[in-house]
Amino acid sequence: MARIIVVTSGKGGVGKTTTSAAIAMGLAKKGHKTAVIDFDVGLRNLDLIMGCERRVVYDLINVITGEATLRQALIKDKRCNQLFILPASQTRDKDGLTKEGIGKILEELAKDFKYIVCDSPAGIERGANLAMYFADDAFVVTNPEVASVRDSDRMLGILASKSRRSENDEEPIKEYLLLTRYSPERVKIGEMLSVEDVQDILSLHLLGVIPESKSVLTASNAGTPVILDEESDAGQAYADVVARYLGEDKPHRFIDEEKKGLFRTIFGSK
Amino acid sequence: MSTDTETPTYTKSALEFKSTSFSVPILVIFNAELVQLECQIEQKIAQAPEFFKNLPILVDLQTCNHQQQKVDLSALIKYLRNKKIFPIGICGGNKKQNKLALELNIPSHTVQRNSAAATDASLKLNTTNIEKSNENSSSEITPPVENMLITQPIRSGQRVYAKGDLTILSHVSAGAEVMAEGNIHVYGALRGRALAGVQGNTNSRIFCSELHAELVSIDGHYKINGEIDKGISSNPAQVYLQNQKLIIKNL
Repeated sequence: MARIIVVTSGKGGVGKTTTSAAIAMGLAKKGHKTAVIDFDVGLRNLDLIMGCERRVVYDLINVITGEATLRQALIKDKRCNQLFILPASQTRDKDGLTKEGIGKILEELAKDFKYIVCDSPAGIERGANLAMYFADDAFVVTNPEVASVRDSDRMLGILASKSRRSENDEEPIKEYLLLTRYSPERVKIGEMLSVEDVQDILSLHLLGVIPESKSVLTASNAGTPVILDEESDAGQAYADVVARYLGEDKPHRFIDEEKKGLFRTIFGSK
Repeated sequence: MSTDTETPTYTKSALEFKSTSFSVPILVIFNAELVQLECQIEQKIAQAPEFFKNLPILVDLQTCNHQQQKVDLSALIKYLRNKKIFPIGICGGNKKQNKLALELNIPSHTVQRNSAAATDASLKLNTTNIEKSNENSSSEITPPVENMLITQPIRSGQRVYAKGDLTILSHVSAGAEVMAEGNIHVYGALRGRALAGVQGNTNSRIFCSELHAELVSIDGHYKINGEIDKGISSNPAQVYLQNQKLIIKNL
């Protein structure tokens, strides 16, 4: 049975698409057949981050309206044969997203795939609501600042009340916290909320902390999911997240400030 | 004669039905003897003529009917209207009385008055031949209390309303609103808004493990975050009303 994961946050620019790309790639690399769907109709970005923007022929709306089949629209990743991307439409109106249409697509994908990652748009409008409606698990992406934390809190409220699971009185969606763009140095000088502060407000199971890192932007610009950059701290942090989600016991990293050794002090940090 | 049959279209709606509640004095009838009633009403009016002028009133026939006394309802209403007191409804009436009231353009209420309404807002016409116990037995109707228990955090944007007491085993986030007609217990941090005793229960209280509320209110008496003593916030606290004043104290 396929597991549907929604990556959501409420607030924009916190790293939903980066996270969707990274965990989808991570799950696929572990050998699970994974599809990742961009729900941000009109502002599609996932294809850029995945580096497949030139290969987009059909999109999500085409499949909903029956202009293309799911098989035609799915783009197979060139780096990992277990990963498929279903891009959003850049030109169509987001009213084309219907609950029935999405339900049908997910049902069809569930026959073939192990994990389906839904990249939610920001806000609490139709796209975001539909991305979460069918979910089994939710990755709530939050930055360590008050606005992002409050929006995530609001999102958690909606997750608890407006999903298929809540409407059918089933077991609620499993919610996980992903703290992104975390900088221990800035937490130390009080410019950023700490992991404990965020946990105190959200009371959520922490799946991982992704450090603020230049490698994220570099990877995005290059069209490579950052998880493939095994050298980078952010890439390693996402690898940990995927491992933890799959049940492995990994200690949390990147929460405390890195101690600079003598070598680093002399030659400078990266 | 106007032949214009076209109804004008307004972009804004011209009316709206809303619900509200306000207190109306209740005239409880104990005795069917009209002369006696009239005499005592006259005495009451003489005590406070301004108060009774154009006063809306609810006529309660429950006690009277309970004792099998047949009051002449139409005569009583006619008399009250003459005295510039306007009955706006009857309650506790039997089928015949309800029908009669309707003919007099007065609606009948099936809701039985509770004890609080009887003592606070009623105009009692006590006559000597009525035993006190009768009154008590007729007013002892307590509605079932619907308490609510919540084990999950109340998230920003969520609203919860309990008809009785509200118990929350987790925290209440900023931007959330919890309301109860009774007490509110929060076994976590209270960061949102909490309103207890929303239907007028002044004895209700708010309890929480940490008080960082945006607003706390009991029966409409409220304090916002800036008015709450910061020293209280990190310890268990309670909020209650004393002499119309909101008191916030550590437990």
